[in-house]
Formats: sequence, C-alpha cells, structure tokens
Amino acid sequence: MIRYDVLKTLLPILKDTLVVCNIGLPSQELYKLDDQPSNFYMLGTMGLCSSIGLGLALSQPKPVVAIDGDGSVLTNLATLSTIANNVANNFVLLIVDNGSYGSTGDQPTYAGRKTSLTKVAEACGCEHVVECSAEETADAMQAALDSGQMTIIVSKCESGNVPVEVIELNPVVIGERFREEVRRQNEGG
Amino acid sequence: MFKRGRTRPITLVERKPFKRMAQAIDHKIVDDLIANEISFITTVPCKQLAGVIEVLDQSNQVMHVPSNKEDEGMGLCAGAFFGGQRPCIIMQNTALGVVINTLATLIQFYQIPLPMLISYRGEVGEKVACQVEMAVHTKALLNQMAIPTYHFSHADQVGELDGILKHTFMARKPTAILTDARFWGSAQ
Repeated sequence: MIRYDVLKTLLPILKDTLVVCNIGLPSQELYKLDDQPSNFYMLGTMGLCSSIGLGLALSQPKPVVAIDGDGSVLTNLATLSTIANNVANNFVLLIVDNGSYGSTGDQPTYAGRKTSLTKVAEACGCEHVVECSAEETADAMQAALDSGQMTIIVSKCESGNVPVEVIELNPVVIGERFREEVRRQNEGG
Repeated sequence: MFKRGRTRPITLVERKPFKRMAQAIDHKIVDDLIANEISFITTVPCKQLAGVIEVLDQSNQVMHVPSNKEDEGMGLCAGAFFGGQRPCIIMQNTALGVVINTLATLIQFYQIPLPMLISYRGEVGEKVACQVEMAVHTKALLNQMAIPTYHFSHADQVGELDGILKHTFMARKPTAILTDARFWGSAQ
C-alpha cells in the first residue's frame, strides 16, 4: 500500500476530526479524497506539521491528528522531544513512513535506511509509540483515538504517489475555515 | 608538561546560577502580554530574556512551551492560533537566520498575528563579537520581510509594548520587538 491507499482507509475515522496535513502530496491527496473544513492543509514550510498539530492540541480539547511524513519529521527531528515533554492526550501524530521524499521524486530518506523514527520517538520520551504496517494503520489510528493517550504512529508503507492537482484554495481561506471549525467543535456545534 | 599519574588538583567552585533574577521590567513585560490576552508562549532562551522566562514560568495565565528551534516554535504558535489562542514567541535575533522561510510561508501566508519579543544581541554593550555578525543583518532582514519592527534601547520604551501588541493582533502580522543590551542595562 502507498500513502494514498493509507489515507483512503483513514477517511471514515478522520471525518470531522481536526487534521493537520503535511505539505505537498499528502495535503493534495487528502484534499482530493475528502476536502472538509476540519482539514488544515500546509502549503509550505516543510517540517512543521507535527509542531502545528501539537500547538493546536495543547490549545483546545478536541482530538487532533497530524499526518506527517518521515522526511518531514527528519527535517524537524527535535519536534519529537517537544511532543514527549508536552503531553497532549488529544494528539495523535501519524508518521507515514514510506522511506522517501514523495513530493520531490521519491528520493530515499534516512528513515528508509538505518534510522528508526520509532526508536527516536521512544528515545525522546514519547510513551505511546506504535509501529505498524500500512494495512494496520486505520486500526492503530482508531485505537489511538479511543485510548485518550497521546500516541505516535509510525506507518511503514510503500513509496509511491498518485497524480493530484495542487491545492488552489487561498491560504487565508484554509486557515480561517479551519479556525472557525475548531471554534464550532469547541462550542459543541 | 603532562606527567603520567599526576592529576590536576580538583577545586570545587560554587557556580552562580546563570539566570538573572527577574526584575520589575520582566514583570511589566509579562503583565502586558497577559493584558493583551496572549495565552500561548514559546521560547528559545537568551540570557537577556532569562528574567522574562522566569516570570512566565510562575504565571498560571499563559501556557509556556519551550521549543528547540525557533521555526518549530512558530509552528507551535500557528497551531495555538488555530486553536483560538493568542501566541507569542520569545527568541534571539540570531534566530532570524532560522525562520525566514517559516515567516514567509506560514506566519505571513496564513496571516497569523505573531509578536516576536527578541533579544537584540550584538548591539552596543555586547561582549561577544560573533553576535555582531547577525546584529548587522537583523534590521535589514526584518525590513526585507516587511515586518513592523520596534527597537527598544532604553527601559522607558517598554511603555510602548502594550500598543505594539494591540497593533500586532489588529494587523494580523508578525511584528519584531528588538530589545538590546542598553534596554536591559538601563532597567537595572
């Protein structure tokens, strides 16, 4: 399974869940599969998906899922120590680990070679780290959301992409739509 | 000459705590942040800012999440803003070398208001020559990024902070408040 297939299996679980989605193809694929106001699409700034997700999770009580990639986590590796030391039990970080920089031509990442992001997360102090196959990812996500405990999921999937268009939404529209949805969910709307 | 079997005498030196004790100006700054409903603050420390960080940690009105690097901190601030909070980042001017892309593609692109309270190292009164190397680029970089910039070089200027914070959230822009060694020195 490639990332696009993993995202498809997650759609029923992530419906209405606040999602912060990584720059490039992951956001473009999610946008194509199921655009909704509860999705925040990163249009730039590689590496900060997990940080935006953590900031959001610490700031309000609704569940937050950050869909990140192995290449992007490697860009901002210290994020795992910040996450470990600022526990938000409404936060799930999904690292789609396909061992490659998908948006730039599938060049290999170090996570696809010797480096284990699972072990790095554990060494940083993250207490609930789950490594699973692409096929097991939806079950792992459901279990993480049900557990009420901050969880890092490292989903080992195949490298590869599907053809998608760039997101043409204005960034301020993406941001305001998302902010309004966060407010609506917290007001019980 | 080093001789085998001989060791240097060990002397126990009582080390002073590195951080300075918080002063009135540190309390004034944090009071202004809180009065402007800033509730989420991330920091990367600088010794000039140690007192402010100390006061922040004593407050139960703001969430303080230290970050490892300032671009990560701006990601946290963006998330906090989407979560309904007013964010602030406290950092050193050398970090402008780290955050240019994040300022352009996240903070400015999505119109996220972000006051940056910056320790302006490398200005008059600086003791570390290397700090001057980024100080000479600081205002040029901020100017190039079209970021409203305010330079405090005397403690009296802290009175402008409240208005700058209000301006930041009205305009929904990043703003830079540069506080140099003379500012902190004149506050003592």
